[in-house]
Amino acid sequence: MTAPEIVERALSSRSLDGMTVICQENSQTNLRWAANTLTTNGVMRSCDVTVIAMQDRADGVSVGVASASVAELDDVTDVVKRAEDAARSADKAPDSADLIAGNADSNFGDAPDETSPIVFEEFAPALGRWFAEAQRDDIELFGYAEHSLTTTYLGNSAGLRRRYVQPAGRIEVTGKSASRTRSTWAGRATRDFRDIVVPDLADDVRTRLGWAAKTVSVDPGHYTVILPPTAVADLLVYQYGSSSARDAAEGRTVFSKPGGGTRLGERLSDAELTLFSDPNYPGMQCLPFVVSHASDASESVFDNGMELSRTNWIDNGKLAALAQTRYSAALTGGNLTPLTDNIGLEMSSGGGSLHDVIARTERGLLLTTLWYIREVDPQTLLLTGLTRDGVYLVENGAVTAAVNNFRFNESPVDLLSRVVDDGAPEVALPREWSDFFTRAAMPPLVVRDFNMSTVSQAS
Amino acid sequence: MTAPIDDAFSSLPLSQLADAALSTAGQAGASYAAFRMERILGSSIRLRDGHLEGANDTEDLGYSVRVVVDGTWGFAADLVRTPDAARRTAQRAIDLAKVSAPVNTEPVDLSAEPAYGDATWVSSYEVDPWSVPMEDKVSLLQGWSRSVLDAAGVDHVDTSLFAFKENKYYADLAGTTTTQQRIRLFPELTAVAIDSGSGAFETMGTVAPPAGRGWEYLTGTGWDWDSELAQLPGWLVEKLHAPTIEPGRYDLVIDPTNLWLTIHESIGHATELDRALGYEANYAGMSFATPDKLNNLKYGSPLMHITGDRTVEHGLSTVGYDDEGVQAQQFDIVKDGVLVGYQLDRRIASRVGYERSNGCAYADSAGHVPIQRMANVSLQPANGGPSTAELIAGVDDGLYIVGDKSWSIDMQRYNFQFTGQRFFQIKDGRLNGQVKDVAYQATTTDFWGSMASVGGPETYLLAGAFNCGKAQPGQVAPVSHGAPAALFTSVNVLNTAQEGGR
Repeated sequence: MTAPEIVERALSSRSLDGMTVICQENSQTNLRWAANTLTTNGVMRSCDVTVIAMQDRADGVSVGVASASVAELDDVTDVVKRAEDAARSADKAPDSADLIAGNADSNFGDAPDETSPIVFEEFAPALGRWFAEAQRDDIELFGYAEHSLTTTYLGNSAGLRRRYVQPAGRIEVTGKSASRTRSTWAGRATRDFRDIVVPDLADDVRTRLGWAAKTVSVDPGHYTVILPPTAVADLLVYQYGSSSARDAAEGRTVFSKPGGGTRLGERLSDAELTLFSDPNYPGMQCLPFVVSHASDASESVFDNGMELSRTNWIDNGKLAALAQTRYSAALTGGNLTPLTDNIGLEMSSGGGSLHDVIARTERGLLLTTLWYIREVDPQTLLLTGLTRDGVYLVENGAVTAAVNNFRFNESPVDLLSRVVDDGAPEVALPREWSDFFTRAAMPPLVVRDFNMSTVSQAS
Repeated sequence: MTAPIDDAFSSLPLSQLADAALSTAGQAGASYAAFRMERILGSSIRLRDGHLEGANDTEDLGYSVRVVVDGTWGFAADLVRTPDAARRTAQRAIDLAKVSAPVNTEPVDLSAEPAYGDATWVSSYEVDPWSVPMEDKVSLLQGWSRSVLDAAGVDHVDTSLFAFKENKYYADLAGTTTTQQRIRLFPELTAVAIDSGSGAFETMGTVAPPAGRGWEYLTGTGWDWDSELAQLPGWLVEKLHAPTIEPGRYDLVIDPTNLWLTIHESIGHATELDRALGYEANYAGMSFATPDKLNNLKYGSPLMHITGDRTVEHGLSTVGYDDEGVQAQQFDIVKDGVLVGYQLDRRIASRVGYERSNGCAYADSAGHVPIQRMANVSLQPANGGPSTAELIAGVDDGLYIVGDKSWSIDMQRYNFQFTGQRFFQIKDGRLNGQVKDVAYQATTTDFWGSMASVGGPETYLLAGAFNCGKAQPGQVAPVSHGAPAALFTSVNVLNTAQEGGR
């Protein structure tokens, strides 16, 4: 049984008018450790199929969706039956549209790519050496490494056959002093672990724990902060997830215009910043076509297979696009700009690395990561959360001490108008959202008047 | 009378695959080996303004083998249901344990547990949601949606129903074999009101908790939907036009529909022993309540009695046996305001010297490793304690907070900030209408130390969450929290509009 056979078997057992089948084969391997020792590990394989059945009716098209893990070819016919039964009993779907037509990818029949613990062949021994070194230096390491390959096969009854292999990987390390009073973090997104240099991560952790040799207390207040790329990514991923055009047009989001309509075209920032998605962006390549398992305000199962290309969500400081389906684009009168599985931020100013940005900063707080980010007020997209694993005082271009953690209350949309310096974008791991969103390219940003609302005793 | 295990699950080749996997592990010298097969059915139905927006039925079926070989874990998961494949999966777990040994410096030892032979357990429900036709489910949710949408001042209504049916088969080398089935569901409706002139908007969601119940929960058993849906539009419109809160310190009467989440974040997670030991330091975080503070940390006021259990009827964390073959139990976590216990699995129990695990190992699917997850952690009501009205009557200047909404807490469980669905001002012992833009913020031990009065059993509600996240790779667990209404004095209240610079 192969995934292309599953797709063809499902399509050939179709009894209604239209069908899309998504089959995703996933393999994953991971290592987890705490206090310089392995705690859990695993190798997993799964094969999941989603059948989207459509029935033509006098008043439109109804749709039914069913998904299942599939171990045998015959399992598929049951999924088709469940999807078609659901389509028969449903009212017409508001977002119905023609299936995306097209040809078959030449590699559609190829077997899925598969990962295994061999991907850690060089990394795992290097990690073992780091554990020994850390033990000697009175440092405790806690972390996680994961690699996965997901091969997506998408076919529909209009003849379209698409195949895409998505590699994804990450390493995250929290380093603590033996007393557990100092803490820092380093993380990387990777496609194959070949670019993970363990001694670089070790240097990063050692340097930052060294910065915490001196600590000072800082009260709550509004401060100039240096957000490293991972923190910028965590804030903007949330904003991206709140960018449904339909919700905005209905008056329910930060991108709604008072009195009706959306804020498209409005200037969000005087800085020349561009927020974009691009399936071909080097280092964060992702699915170049729509894959949707269920319709909601910002995706439609009818759009499955639609080609994706670069979209500028914010263009030179102006809101330029919101997440659209064919249905919502017709409803709201916007361009057809579907969600894509990565985001990047480019700016025309600043430049340089995080270290260059620190060197240019007279006084500010350097953050390491943000954590437990939750929406407080959708009207302004006010988010709350904590600083985590290291806040440092920067004076005259150098780190001079570590300071306490804070709870912040801030809106990413509002914060874009307070950017005073920035560096060059780099591929960064959004720490908070890395379970489901790992592809971001972000610059470090310096933001004035960042609202550190209260102090957290966590260290 | 409990329902039988689904035929579609019990007819799978459970014992054949288990025998193949466990004999492979036994021959390789594993000191512990468990085979676990799971089938998880999921159903999601979402309506927007009364129209079906999306529905999806999912089925996740697979198995895994977990071993301890020479003191190191190994774990492998697969989906091919043949004895050969089960043997190969066991071998992959053994191989992984062997390659991992060089980076493991802490030999795995598991606390002892009796063997339970062939045990079966099914959760408490009347009507299996999978026996209800899709049309009937959509039709009921449409009725709810339209009744709220038709009310004055309501502009939009989002309605959803999530349901799960979880089947687990567990067999280990020690001779325990368990087969379990449980059902849970979460109906929710959120209404939106927009002030067309200013563009200001507010939302109001139902506060009915997710529950370990069947379809009967939507038709009148365990919750009064008619009453809640009838009152929701009025509450929403009142909130849209309510005055904004003056930030400062207030006495708070917190309803169980809000307090459960504060318990979850500031007590539930803080008393997970794996977190306190540091196993979650890179992800979910650690805890201020470290093992050296056991039996001496003053967690809160002497009125505070917190229990953990995996036994309460309709509890989302309730099971017969956990995912390491440990029988479900009930235990104290905080007694008379002092930390007296932790939530455990077999490895961490042994590591700190407990003789037995209290049964908190859980994996969210066959493909994931069991880890210590949350029991139903609950604040016990005061026998003969006050009603909610009596609690309110004792407050001069305060707020009565109903329903949960935004939540956030730091990685050692000190600093938290919560919002809610409704905030009623209390003036001289009486409710004085809603205020808005409220968040309460505190440090865990200060907050629980300020608990001045605990409501009686008639104020008690078993609430909870469907979506508690922990571990890497990420796992999602359902858990219930029982709480009475309670009074907290002089808590810091923020104005969220001012926090956002407005």
